[in-house]
Amino acid sequence: MLDFIIRRLIAIIPVLTVVAVFVFLMLRLTPGDPAAVIAGDNATSDQIADIRNKLGLDEPIWTQFVIWIGNILQGNFGESFFFKKTVAELIAQRVEPTLALAICTLVIAVAVAVPMGVLAAYRHGSLVDRFVMGFSVMGFSVPVFVIGYCLIYVFAIELGWLPVQGYVRIGVNFWGFLERMVLPSVTLAVVFVALIARMTRASVLEVLNEDYIRTARAKGLSNRVVLMRHALRNAAVPILTVIGLGIAGLIGGAVVTESVYGLPGLGRLTVEAVLSRDFPTIQTVILLFSVVYVVINLLIDISYTLFDPRIRY
Amino acid sequence: MSDKMTDTKRPVLEVRNLSVTLPAGADRVNAVEKVSFTVNPGEIVCLVGESGSGKSVIAFTIMGLLAKALKPSSGEILLEGENILAADESRLRELRCTRMSMIFQEPMTALNPVMTCGLQIDEVLATHTQLDAAERKSKIIAILDRVKLPEPERIYASYPHQLSGGQRQRIMIAMALVLDPVLLIADEPTTALDVTTQAEILKLIAELQEGQGTGVLFITHDFGVVAEIAHRVAVLRWGELVEMGPTEKILSRPEHAYTKMLISSVPSIHPVHRGVRKDGPTVLRTEKLGKTYSASAFFQKARVVKAAVDVDLDIRKGETLGIVGESGSGKSTVARCIARLIDPTGGKIFLGDTEIATMSAGKLRPHRRRVQIVFQDPYRSMNPRITIGESIIEGPMNFGLKRDEALARARKLMETVRLDPNSLDRYPHQFSGGQRQRICIARALAMEPELLIADEAVSALDVSVQKQVLELLDEIRVRLNLAVLFITHDLRVAAQICDYVAVMSKGRVVEYGSAEQVFGSPRDDYTKALFAAAPGRNWEFGKFAAA
Repeated sequence: MLDFIIRRLIAIIPVLTVVAVFVFLMLRLTPGDPAAVIAGDNATSDQIADIRNKLGLDEPIWTQFVIWIGNILQGNFGESFFFKKTVAELIAQRVEPTLALAICTLVIAVAVAVPMGVLAAYRHGSLVDRFVMGFSVMGFSVPVFVIGYCLIYVFAIELGWLPVQGYVRIGVNFWGFLERMVLPSVTLAVVFVALIARMTRASVLEVLNEDYIRTARAKGLSNRVVLMRHALRNAAVPILTVIGLGIAGLIGGAVVTESVYGLPGLGRLTVEAVLSRDFPTIQTVILLFSVVYVVINLLIDISYTLFDPRIRY
Repeated sequence: MSDKMTDTKRPVLEVRNLSVTLPAGADRVNAVEKVSFTVNPGEIVCLVGESGSGKSVIAFTIMGLLAKALKPSSGEILLEGENILAADESRLRELRCTRMSMIFQEPMTALNPVMTCGLQIDEVLATHTQLDAAERKSKIIAILDRVKLPEPERIYASYPHQLSGGQRQRIMIAMALVLDPVLLIADEPTTALDVTTQAEILKLIAELQEGQGTGVLFITHDFGVVAEIAHRVAVLRWGELVEMGPTEKILSRPEHAYTKMLISSVPSIHPVHRGVRKDGPTVLRTEKLGKTYSASAFFQKARVVKAAVDVDLDIRKGETLGIVGESGSGKSTVARCIARLIDPTGGKIFLGDTEIATMSAGKLRPHRRRVQIVFQDPYRSMNPRITIGESIIEGPMNFGLKRDEALARARKLMETVRLDPNSLDRYPHQFSGGQRQRICIARALAMEPELLIADEAVSALDVSVQKQVLELLDEIRVRLNLAVLFITHDLRVAAQICDYVAVMSKGRVVEYGSAEQVFGSPRDDYTKALFAAAPGRNWEFGKFAAA
């Protein structure tokens, strides 16, 4: 087990190196001079050269890379060209809404999708099953922003139950925080419910044909116990895998959802940084997302052992 | 039916006129047709039949576990007088494991892999009794001890994958009998087990059943097992009960033509004298063939599994060499090494004069044609999406034969394996298991091999079909003067088809000689134990002329 974790942690290094190189090069090769953008439309060429010099943009590209990597390894992510703050500060400010959104979304998605999938598998071929499958197709195909605006129209504007936009810090006013979290989370959860429900249904359906399910029924156990205790735990591994993969989609979804609901999170920070060619911020955000993604999937792999004793690393 | 009911006690199970309807579009209307029989306390009744005879359907109907597509359409099932065909789901749940229990064919898959064995038995007690946790635990430890599992405390906390197949079947038996049901249904409980384990499990079932006076409905296709365990036998064909009576009478004086045919098909355990030929040229010879699997890790010692060690074999033209052994003995590993489906890690393989054990994949290619394999499961060893004709000609065409020549060869081979040459454009699912195995043989022969490897090639077949395929294989061997390597776990089959036999255990050949010598006067202790465990070894199944 320890062996496995160490090996996996070592394996993260090449992954992140590739991501780092890619992120670094991709931005440098994009047309447009960041120094000119920072200096503004009325700047003289001297001012631009000065900025370029200050930021090290006139060094050879590999020197820039070495300096950049060296700084990052020391925890120095640079200073935002645009926001005039250190990137570390910037991210620390913006991380709470995104984290809150991600957690709420996952909780809602799992709480809704897993029972839905189990029910659909148990009533295979029935109306319930067809409803779940239909919902899945819809959840996949309707874009996040459409769902977002529809929900805002119905629940915030027409019914007036919830605020339209904005964010309140959890420490400031918990109720206000919760109120403003409901719609964004539900919006983002729709696609996950679709994904997880479908996977749960397929996985449970397969398990229900297993011999040990027959054994469990032959013991005289009730259907509920057979489903929840015997079927679901055996079906857990593929479901967990899909949740892990879904985290990537969650990051993409957060960008759109935060824009729709005006949440000051990392998603919106990414958009703002891209539009203003704020290299240090863009690079750090992308690196952060890849670390999160790799670590979460490592955690998911480790969590397999909790569900299936046959998996030993 | 002429049961002498000397027992005055009420039967634990009475099945009266039971019919079960198949869904529309099946090959017949009823899976089970007007079947009646009884099981008395302390009695073992065997339901015997080939696949599709409806024997498992009867078992599942009794337990109320039938697939939704199947519907009991008439009759009664009385469990101690109560008609359980009319009982609702909650009553059935109450009865399961308390009055009637069932054990299944595959102990490897019948237990939940993510729950400890102890908890799986605990569920039964928690569902059906008011016992507290401590009482349940002590009752479970007691039953684990009764089914003769070593270290019950450790087994209690073990997951199924940590136990052997035999131990898992003991867990199933413990689970089934922990509440002393009056009826135990055993659906092929030993079919998936090795012969020595099978003997132990059969003994255990008989002992427990006798001690508690449990009635047992034992489902099997194996007449060896019937001879070993049954008090009475019921023979089923296509859902109908054709004959029923005491074991001795059914086995030695069957009346129905079908029963006679079935019993006549059981291969004898005594080898036929085939005349030892020593003149043919050697087709295959292995020298100290070995296969070792190893897995390494950072902080752990590398695990090494020796699947085959120092295996020396030789086969001459026109000869059949059998490799006999239990699961994990290395017999399939040897076969796969010889065909170079896996790479041996030691020793030499001579195909004729060519050494192929260490040959590179590219150089090996022209020699691939010379060794062909027929696999165990005819349902899975053919690509379901291409016609059998394409399957047969694919190999020869890879080796340069023109399409029409390959097709002509395929047509001829279809006749050789006694199938209609005009059915080459059909798909595998349109054939029965026996027919598919014939197609697999034709596919192997299409390469005009020098050595044919049959890896458990008849193990998945019903006994009557098995007999036909064995006869076909032997006929082809004689006609084409082929060398055959026959891998099997079934001693009876080996006795009938092999000239020479190698007995394998734990990766090594422990005994090697002519079939007559190995079967007639085994020298090795393991071989002796293997023969002693063969079910029905003391019973010579008669050859009855079909009436």
